Amino acid sequence: MRLEPVGAEALLLVFAEQPDAGLPLRIAALAERLRRELGPLLVDLVPGWTTLLLHYDLLRTDHRQLARRLLPLLEDWYAGPPSSSAGRLHEIPIWYAGEDLAEVARACALSEAEVIALHSGTEYRVGAIGFAPGFAYLGELDARLALPRRASPRTRVPAGSLAIAERQTAIYPQASPGGWHLLGCCPRRLFDARAEPPCPLAVGDRVRFFAIDETAFRAEGSVP
Amino acid sequence: MTGLAVIRPGPLSLLQDAGRARWQHLGVSPGGPLDIHAAAWANHLLGNPWGTPLVEIALGGVELESRLDTWVALCGAELPIAVDGESRPNWSSFPLRVGQRLTLGFARSGQRAYLAVAGGFRVGAVLGSVATQTREGLGGLHGDGQPLRAGDLLPCAPASLPGMASVPWRFVPDYRAEPGLRVILGGDAGDFSVAERRRFFAQAWTLSPQSDRMGMRLLGEPLRAPTRQWSLGVTTGTIQVPPDGQPIVLMADRQTMGGYPVLGWVHPLDLGLLAQCPAHRTLRFERVEVEAVQGEMREFYRFFGR
Repeated sequence: MRLEPVGAEALLLVFAEQPDAGLPLRIAALAERLRRELGPLLVDLVPGWTTLLLHYDLLRTDHRQLARRLLPLLEDWYAGPPSSSAGRLHEIPIWYAGEDLAEVARACALSEAEVIALHSGTEYRVGAIGFAPGFAYLGELDARLALPRRASPRTRVPAGSLAIAERQTAIYPQASPGGWHLLGCCPRRLFDARAEPPCPLAVGDRVRFFAIDETAFRAEGSVP
Repeated sequence: MTGLAVIRPGPLSLLQDAGRARWQHLGVSPGGPLDIHAAAWANHLLGNPWGTPLVEIALGGVELESRLDTWVALCGAELPIAVDGESRPNWSSFPLRVGQRLTLGFARSGQRAYLAVAGGFRVGAVLGSVATQTREGLGGLHGDGQPLRAGDLLPCAPASLPGMASVPWRFVPDYRAEPGLRVILGGDAGDFSVAERRRFFAQAWTLSPQSDRMGMRLLGEPLRAPTRQWSLGVTTGTIQVPPDGQPIVLMADRQTMGGYPVLGWVHPLDLGLLAQCPAHRTLRFERVEVEAVQGEMREFYRFFGR
């Protein structure tokens, strides 16, 4: 594990060179604890796949002082059991009728039904949230569905789109440009600044998708 | 509520405050003014606390009509300022009476002007901030991330101040000069060869017209960048080097995470100078140590009462 200063007002904790399935939940638990115990010293805590970035308040601390405060907490966390919680489980409905479904099936030499079965048959873990508000990177996608990103990204992907790229899957919470392959649509809102919390997913949570048809999608449809 | 009526909004005028802190773990950009030096002075001249809501005006071309007696201050880009046709100085505060029109021409040097009002613009916060994030649809006058439009009313309360105040000349930057941006080396810098790092500091870079509030793109002799795979949290001022070798400096409206190799970080006060550069301006980088930047930033925050 390494601690590295990031600019003049942040400190990066690097836990591993490669992510593993249990790491996001452990990082999320550590972030929660640091938020509780270091309170006003920290402004923002941003978990990544293998890292945790701490944006600190320069008027209260700096990277050296903060590292000294962190060491006993990190030792304790490191020695602790690999988290008793399994992470919350979210079951999310998807209407698998995305623009790229047929193309993905062809590229992976599968039928569309097999693509849907593989995608909805896996339990995913939220590894990071970034790129856009509420955009949760979910891993790990079945290797049989792994494709590189599209050669040229779409200028507009509709809100609620379920997409895949490499060994990851995600839902676009807002309409935005995007280079992933679109498999379907989710009728639920995954980011709402007025909701508490604004995003139902958190790093370390588990996600399962289940297929719904167009009627069920329209019935639940809250995404504009 | 009374306030300043927007007659002409200009090309991109955005309500800003100190930014949207504490939501980066959900992917929410911090936002805030691009030039914290000019923004802090505009509030300071009126006795407003740090981060009081003000308007960041890109390029100028703004006309406002006052519906009350108050005081305003302008800092940043040098543009013609007039009240009912009578000229007013930049980097200064001055009164605005009910019915008077404040007209801002187009910037002659610099790119962003900051308009503060005594007591601040009184706008409801979204996720703790009024900072306008157009990409994310957050903040601003209506909470939906839209820039100011003709017909908007910028709400504020009447105020009276004892007299005009101006920024001492030594704190007024010269936006016409070619900036030397100070950089803390770090991140993946060790994975760039010594020759590549030397080339980064030795050459004059050109600011690309593709730049925006999210990132300033630089054009020059491309750098050979190492590869990195797993996205991680980034900070404002991060210098990313994508595979095309043309660096991008992340600005206030940046994303929260990035996957490109990082060469270092631009001094937060020098980001303001970068934001004031027009497209095609050349600029250079020089090294600075992290402790020197921290000392200077502490002094800056304390002076402005952050």
